[in-house]
Amino acid sequence: MTTRGEIFARIRAGIGRDDALDDEKARELIDRLESPKRNLVPARSDLDRTRLVDLFVSMAEEAAATVQRVSHAGAIPRAVVSYLARHNLPMRVTMAPDSSLDRIPWKLEPMLALRQGKADPADEVSLTAAFAGIAESGTLMVISGAHHPSTLNLLPDSHMVVLHENQIVGAYEDGWDLLRRAQGDGEKRLPRTVLFVTGPSRSADIEQTIQMGAHGPRRLHILLVADYVGQGRQAS
Amino acid sequence: MQSTARRFKQNAHEAMADAPLQKALGNIKHGFIQKRRKAAARLPEFEALRDQAREIKNHTLAHLDFYLERFEQKVVDNGGTVHWCRTAEDARRAILSVCRLVGAKTVTKGKTMIGEEIGINDFLAEHGITPVETDLGEYIIQLRNETPSHIIAPAIHVNKEQVAEAFRKEHTHLEPGRLLDDPPQLLAEARQEMRDKFLAADVGITGANFLIAETGSSVIVTNEGNGDLTQTLPRVHIVLASLEKVVPTLEDASTILRVLARSATGQEFSVYTTFSTGARRADDLDGPEQYHVVLLDNGRSDMIGTEFQEMLRCIRCGACLNHCPVYGAVGGHAYGWVYSGPMGAVLTPSLIGIGEAGHLPNASSFCGRCEEVCPMRIPLPKMMRHWREREFERQIRPTVARTGLRLWAFMVRRPWLYRRLTGFAVHMLASWAHGGARLQRLPMAKGWTAYREFPVPEGSTFVDQWRAHQRQILEEELA
Ligand code: SF4
Repeated sequence: MTTRGEIFARIRAGIGRDDALDDEKARELIDRLESPKRNLVPARSDLDRTRLVDLFVSMAEEAAATVQRVSHAGAIPRAVVSYLARHNLPMRVTMAPDSSLDRIPWKLEPMLALRQGKADPADEVSLTAAFAGIAESGTLMVISGAHHPSTLNLLPDSHMVVLHENQIVGAYEDGWDLLRRAQGDGEKRLPRTVLFVTGPSRSADIEQTIQMGAHGPRRLHILLVADYVGQGRQAS
Repeated sequence: MQSTARRFKQNAHEAMADAPLQKALGNIKHGFIQKRRKAAARLPEFEALRDQAREIKNHTLAHLDFYLERFEQKVVDNGGTVHWCRTAEDARRAILSVCRLVGAKTVTKGKTMIGEEIGINDFLAEHGITPVETDLGEYIIQLRNETPSHIIAPAIHVNKEQVAEAFRKEHTHLEPGRLLDDPPQLLAEARQEMRDKFLAADVGITGANFLIAETGSSVIVTNEGNGDLTQTLPRVHIVLASLEKVVPTLEDASTILRVLARSATGQEFSVYTTFSTGARRADDLDGPEQYHVVLLDNGRSDMIGTEFQEMLRCIRCGACLNHCPVYGAVGGHAYGWVYSGPMGAVLTPSLIGIGEAGHLPNASSFCGRCEEVCPMRIPLPKMMRHWREREFERQIRPTVARTGLRLWAFMVRRPWLYRRLTGFAVHMLASWAHGGARLQRLPMAKGWTAYREFPVPEGSTFVDQWRAHQRQILEEELA
């Protein structure tokens, strides 16, 4: 018997069933997988839009992210430059090759040097677009793809993320629904990574004292834009 | 990993006399316990979520074969490979062969208790491949040549002076007079050192908090981001997971995640929770080219259908360790193997045998706090009692047998005593049987008579009968 067969035989012996499930039971379980049902979702994020956005902001700040609210995408270049200046960071940013970021009027800030692509180990600051914001815990839902290299979320010391208010949903389950919808029927696979980020990197491994910036970014800055983008567009 | 669980009593004794360790253990109270309490109190649905988390795992374990098959199918559909491993040795071999195929020289590792369980670091090193732990706590203990003393805070027993000492010894290329007095300096140095290692590694090994049958994804949860760098930068990502990690859907994982971080560190959510599905896609700019899942059994399939099955719900949050007075007094190393505290006391005997780990289920005051805080509602005290009973029986049998034999040996060397006692016994047995031929119950031998009847001796002992027989022959000859 193969190792695999042996493991299955032992599991089935433990369960008390000789063979695979009968068809009817298998159908039931396949349905459970193909149309996933929600379990209990905490009521915390069951709020109107304004309060939902407020909850996202307060939870993200509690997790030590910083949030800067801007009225429209045109205000982003200014916000980026002032953030860099405030933290004594170079005016050099590596940006995700994402069309929604392309459309930002970067020319307004000629001092800012932008490069598009995956992260280089020497990069100090990255700028990416989130797929969604989860209000429940102030979490960013970030997906990988041609337009979203995952190294940008991890390697640079400072990570800036653009999130539009209408991308904020209540619970993780809402995020999954959004992703399934954005993928449509064509792509059955999840993106290579779906990353939930809640605040900047930290470690408490030395004497149980929390230190920021263990291996991932030391700073997480969220640029929260009041105007709208089409939801889930980044998944394509 | 080599076990010293047999020495538990001695280990515990030494731990209690270890002043730096005792100081370090004191940190648990102010950290984990209070934070968990606050986080749980803040979420009104916390208790209901624990019930659901338990049900999700119970459902999965009841159909484990089905969900594992589906998970495997999805991994393969996504272009990945699943390696089924019965034993630690199988898993070590599987990992080594993947590493050899890509000519790996160094391997970065996220924190994985399964990695400790199979002793992967030593094995790789023996085969010329350098393993580098990337979780700060794991890195510290790797430098100190130790094993983790807590499943989520592996270096909880180490103080900052000891960390500084380990760094000075290892990072000899740095200025010897540099300041390494406080945690920020230590962290900055570790971060810097680790950068190059992340970039140079050929293979990244991570554990998995969950495997998702719906999508074929593996999930890791970290605060440092080390696991993500480990699984993103090298050419090959190996997920090392035990088979009970599977859950049906993304929704199911989300539910359990809500109780995991709160129970572990008191966070609302860990900093990085990553669902990884296969290798880099055609148009991706980064990510590994290969995705392997090394799926380890190592004794778990044998727990299914036994009184220890519920232990397979464990999500390794560490809450039972943090709340255990015994763990709090002796720390993790005393338990002698990978897993410590109440979860270790139950799991370790299942995985390495009660003969090796028989002392651990006794390491409990049965105060019940572990079960109270366990997010998966695992009845840890009850299972420790099961082990105690088994161990008691295992110990008792040889003892009773030995005592019986010794008594018999004593008597056969004293024939008069032997005759008297056996004669007495035959008389007693016959009277218990009230004239019948079989005894259904026998005092002090319940284990035997529960399943069979004891034949009543017929009137006299063998020696008496033999004597009588001899006498008869003699009389016949004389006649
Ligand atoms: S037994 Fe329960 S409390 Fe202990 S580590 Fe496992 S899930 Fe957490």
